[in-house]
Amino acid sequence: MLKALRVLRSQGDQFIGDLRGAVPTGHRGRPVIGAAPCPDGCEACVRVCPTAAITADPVRIDLARCVFCNECALACPEEKIVFTPEPRMSADRPEGLVVTADRPTPTPVATSEALRRMFGRSLKLRQVSAGGCNGCELELNALANVNFDLQRYGIEWVASPRHADGLVLTGPISSHMAEALQLSWDAMPEPRFLVSFGACALSGGLYADSAELDRSFLSRFSPSLLVPGCPPHPLTFVQGILDLLGIR
Amino acid sequence: MKRSFPLRRWAVSELEERRGERWAERVGALLDEGLRVVTAFARSEGTDVIATALLQSGDGELELVRGRLDRAHGYHSLTPTHPAMHCFEREMHEQTGLRIGAHPWLKPLRYEGIAASSAMGAHPFYKIQGKEVHEVQVGPVHAGVIEPGAFRFMCLGERVHHLEIQLGYQHRGVEALLLKGDARSKAQLVETIAGDSSIAHGLAYASAIEALSGLDADPGLERGRAIGLELERVAMHLAGLSGLAGDVGFLQGATTWGRLRTTAINTSMRLCGSRFGRGWIRPGESRASADGALLEVVRSNLALMVRDTATVNDLFLSSATVRHRFQRAGTLTHAQALDIGLVGLPARACGVELDQRAYGLGVYGEHPMERTTEASGDCWARALVRIREIDRSLSWLARILEGMSSLDAVRRPVGELAAGQLVASLSEGWRGEVVHCLETGADGRLVHYKVQDPSLRNWFGLALAVRENDISDFPICNKSFDLSYCGHDL
Repeated sequence: MLKALRVLRSQGDQFIGDLRGAVPTGHRGRPVIGAAPCPDGCEACVRVCPTAAITADPVRIDLARCVFCNECALACPEEKIVFTPEPRMSADRPEGLVVTADRPTPTPVATSEALRRMFGRSLKLRQVSAGGCNGCELELNALANVNFDLQRYGIEWVASPRHADGLVLTGPISSHMAEALQLSWDAMPEPRFLVSFGACALSGGLYADSAELDRSFLSRFSPSLLVPGCPPHPLTFVQGILDLLGIR
Repeated sequence: MKRSFPLRRWAVSELEERRGERWAERVGALLDEGLRVVTAFARSEGTDVIATALLQSGDGELELVRGRLDRAHGYHSLTPTHPAMHCFEREMHEQTGLRIGAHPWLKPLRYEGIAASSAMGAHPFYKIQGKEVHEVQVGPVHAGVIEPGAFRFMCLGERVHHLEIQLGYQHRGVEALLLKGDARSKAQLVETIAGDSSIAHGLAYASAIEALSGLDADPGLERGRAIGLELERVAMHLAGLSGLAGDVGFLQGATTWGRLRTTAINTSMRLCGSRFGRGWIRPGESRASADGALLEVVRSNLALMVRDTATVNDLFLSSATVRHRFQRAGTLTHAQALDIGLVGLPARACGVELDQRAYGLGVYGEHPMERTTEASGDCWARALVRIREIDRSLSWLARILEGMSSLDAVRRPVGELAAGQLVASLSEGWRGEVVHCLETGADGRLVHYKVQDPSLRNWFGLALAVRENDISDFPICNKSFDLSYCGHDL
């Protein structure tokens, strides 16, 4: 009993009070692009990018492809690219994820009135990993830990797709998982929606050139929420889903 | 300073190429002499198959046996006499079509190639027949937020008679992608081979590239990387303990170890920008850095983890219900562990003294790391090994940071890769030994990149461990091994 009390005392309060406003110190999050012009013909950033996420002159970064590895920032002779700790960068459509000097932040996620009405007070999510490396999976698991505590908003993971309102996809969709992913989706009752979590799910990421993928599922169904990162910080998901469901 | 983990480079032209059965005979002879197989792999060259076996002696020295075999003729399997070879022979057969005669179970590891998807569904699992028997299929999609893999339990009532594990769902072509483009720019991909072991894989990769380009070990690189590796170990062992605790309803353990993991990964984030250590290691580089003030934050985080793990460990270790669930569940014997070539954490939980950090190399010579072993080989032993390894890594980190006024990023130029070389590079991740073998051709470009996560060998250990256990204990058995699906499937 005394030992349990000692653990309780050491635990204290661990939850993050303001999930919307929290910015994780030291995190490599949303990049900011400087306005200075690129030197003639310089493509230093383009050459070092492992996922073809970046084009030069003017610099443009597609966060759906970006793995936040910092290579472009280190390569740029003008030091035009800086990755900031800012986690807020989810979007509700792919074009919203492109950032430039003129358009420094992704298009904010618009609240879906239909989803808000249906799931704003209770949302059950099912996760399917289709070639995910366990980075995304661990960060999604973290949403339910004592720090992020997403259950406070009535958002919970469920074991069966039959109990789920949303499917959170991770991984580039290995061809061996294509069928299981489709079956999981088919097992979910309507209304339902899809979330793509992480660079692999959004664009194939580092695996986009692999012959062992089958991404045809995404040509049939479009995600309602796109969460960039490699892996995304849990806060990037939290802020996106709260916006989508109109939770204040 | 030397490199901190076993690494050896060979000129391919100086390797003796053994023909046909002579290759297997030599490998068998070395195994009989007491060497341990680290890996064996093969690639096609016309109608020939080039086979390579890597073995390790008790003092950590690496030996190589090279062979040229005829694909259709092949050789006689080593698995019946040396079961630890089973997964390597299965992989060689799957990747090259090499005939391996009398192998007891040439089941594909991961069904490489898109056309094989249908073959996967049609796989003939082992069958069990009788009045009281039944089978349970779990996966590939599991009930939690976790990677996919399929388990087929053959049960007598509640008791598991045998478990057949079917993997390959996560296969996404890692080794093929590693051969594309400049081998020196693959760090980001390597960090996602098993995304919870980014540092362990990144370290083995970067050391191999440096050895191929002729860059000697550098004390700053070795120290910086080892700090990342031990932080990764602490974080993932805490995650594992938190999961184990949750699985038996020991909720104070689940929440307290869980939030301590947050402290560990946030410490990595402060040092390198990523909670998973991504961007910490590049060939020729260790990018993590901290000034004096940030080092104080790191030291105080370490002190907090030492203090609070002690409190929760004390509660866990004295809880009768926890002992009741974990003791004598999922037991492997020392002999079984050696037979099947178990590595890393579950091997040490069976009393096998195997830890690539314990040879006193490089930074582990400067600051030695003891091997942590337990004798009982059950879920309890695997939890205890985690608890003690966290303690040891935390105190090791405190020692290495002692007196350090700043942690500096290190950058050394990495030149072209030397032609016609083969390098084997190891590290000890939190799951066990990570092995990267790279071979360059006459133009200095890679002709083969063999990646091995410890999970490749340890999944079979899980299958053996659950035999004659209640099926309801499968979750704790599985979690106690905590193996990687994507690290296996590549």
